[in-house]
Amino acid sequence: MSSASIEKSETRKAWCFVAPALAWTVAFFVLPFAFMAAVSFASRVSRQTVYSWDLGNYINFFSKSYLLKGLFVSLEITLLVTVISVLLAYPLAWIIAERVPRRWQRAALILAILPFWTSYVVRSYSWLLVLSENGVINNLLLDIGIISEPLQIASSTTATVIGFVHFFVMLLTLTIYSNLIQLSPNYKRAAFDLGANAFQTFWHVILPLTLPGIMVGAFLTFVLCIGDYITPQILGGNNELVLPQIIMLQLGRRADIPTAAALSIVLMAVVTIAYLLCLRWLKMERT
Amino acid sequence: MRRQLSAVISWSYFVAIYGFIFLPVGVLVLFSFQDGNLPIPPFNGATWKWYAEVFADDKLTSALGNSLMVAFLSSLLACVLGFCAAYGLARYRLPGTAFQRVLLTAPMTVSYLIIALGLLVVFNWVGIRLSLWTVGIGHVVINLPLCFAIIYASMGDHQKNIERAARDLGASNLQIMILITAPILMPSILAAFFLSITFSWDEFIIAFLLSRFEVTLPVEIWSLLRSGLNPKTNAIGSVVFLISAVLLVLLEIFVFQGRSKDDS
Repeated sequence: MSSASIEKSETRKAWCFVAPALAWTVAFFVLPFAFMAAVSFASRVSRQTVYSWDLGNYINFFSKSYLLKGLFVSLEITLLVTVISVLLAYPLAWIIAERVPRRWQRAALILAILPFWTSYVVRSYSWLLVLSENGVINNLLLDIGIISEPLQIASSTTATVIGFVHFFVMLLTLTIYSNLIQLSPNYKRAAFDLGANAFQTFWHVILPLTLPGIMVGAFLTFVLCIGDYITPQILGGNNELVLPQIIMLQLGRRADIPTAAALSIVLMAVVTIAYLLCLRWLKMERT
Repeated sequence: MRRQLSAVISWSYFVAIYGFIFLPVGVLVLFSFQDGNLPIPPFNGATWKWYAEVFADDKLTSALGNSLMVAFLSSLLACVLGFCAAYGLARYRLPGTAFQRVLLTAPMTVSYLIIALGLLVVFNWVGIRLSLWTVGIGHVVINLPLCFAIIYASMGDHQKNIERAARDLGASNLQIMILITAPILMPSILAAFFLSITFSWDEFIIAFLLSRFEVTLPVEIWSLLRSGLNPKTNAIGSVVFLISAVLLVLLEIFVFQGRSKDDS
């Protein structure tokens, strides 16, 4: 066999290895996605999907206030959750990295993310037990005498935010910890030698060095949070609907796939914009 | 003095956040033993009644079986496809390798809701009936990128020499892949496999939109939620927590031991 034909047969073998996974991805991811994009330009006429190839669904999105409001509620909740989660997770990650003895750190981390592995649906339900009108929190506060009337936390945006923050504090603690632990202790020593106090060291040295890691974790939080249906549906009630809830509503009651598809494309566009912003910021940081 | 103060503040914060993290799980498990009809305070005393009810409920037990089966089979397929693709891309020179890597990992960046919706549209159009099989297809789509990425990342050049030695000794490509490469990479393959299982096991939205009569456990629990707060839901939730914790321990053992072996 000549070397050219060996190379040819080698290439053919390689394709045999890669082709099944590629075929699967194209058939069950790329194609459905293209299909959904196409359907988003169709319209729903008397319970039939008609391919009208117009922007009707997108125009509807920007002109009907209850659809547009869903996007704003989603963005509001997501940004709030991202900021609170980072603020809560950073100190915890720092304490685990700095205060907990080295050989207990892994155990502390595993313990911190253990509830992360309970079923997602069940976790939201558990928060319902804690936050509902006669739940644990209200019972406790009433017993102590801080409040005289039960607080209405469940079925509100507050409950959704609490449920989300619980989930993402665990996720962010993990990502921020792995960032902190990679920092060389020399940075801190150098800062101290140059006369910085603990706060200055943190603010001018440690924080900037871990900022890229925080951004990646925050971006992950943003993406997972804005696309989630379960937590707002269980904890948020029916007052302030987020975009995924509105999408599911189109599917369920009205079987309006074109509108649902258009809304999904909008959701994806938002995530893509966030991704590009994050990428640009990381690039700016590096230069 | 200041040192002590900062230590006190740190440890109080530590305890407070752990309290926050474990509060819902603790409440869930505690009130799954509630001797009464509502899983809210006061706690009336312990009973196994609700667990007995869970395991007597055919719908729940069959959903549990469905979940385990879908998780196992879809993760297996995702791992095999991911391993083969990683092997092909890492060991051979192919045109457009970078593009193929992007394509294979692309589903990771798209929300599950959108993946489910796309599949739903296509299945409707082609006329495929929704079943556990369609759920499984969806779960392979979300887990394949993960398996590929994990296994691909662990395929270093240092394993190439061992493979080359095997080839010189007359092993065929398939023999090399199965007898040499796969065993070397077993820690990361198992990590990918167990991670996939936990994701599939817990996945709701794809399972919800792509199933009809037979459903997985999260979907069954979801329909249980419509009846409001109920100790039975607590009980099944605690069972799920236990199973997930076991999966986590398995993951920890295989990944962690694999890693420490690599280090030595």
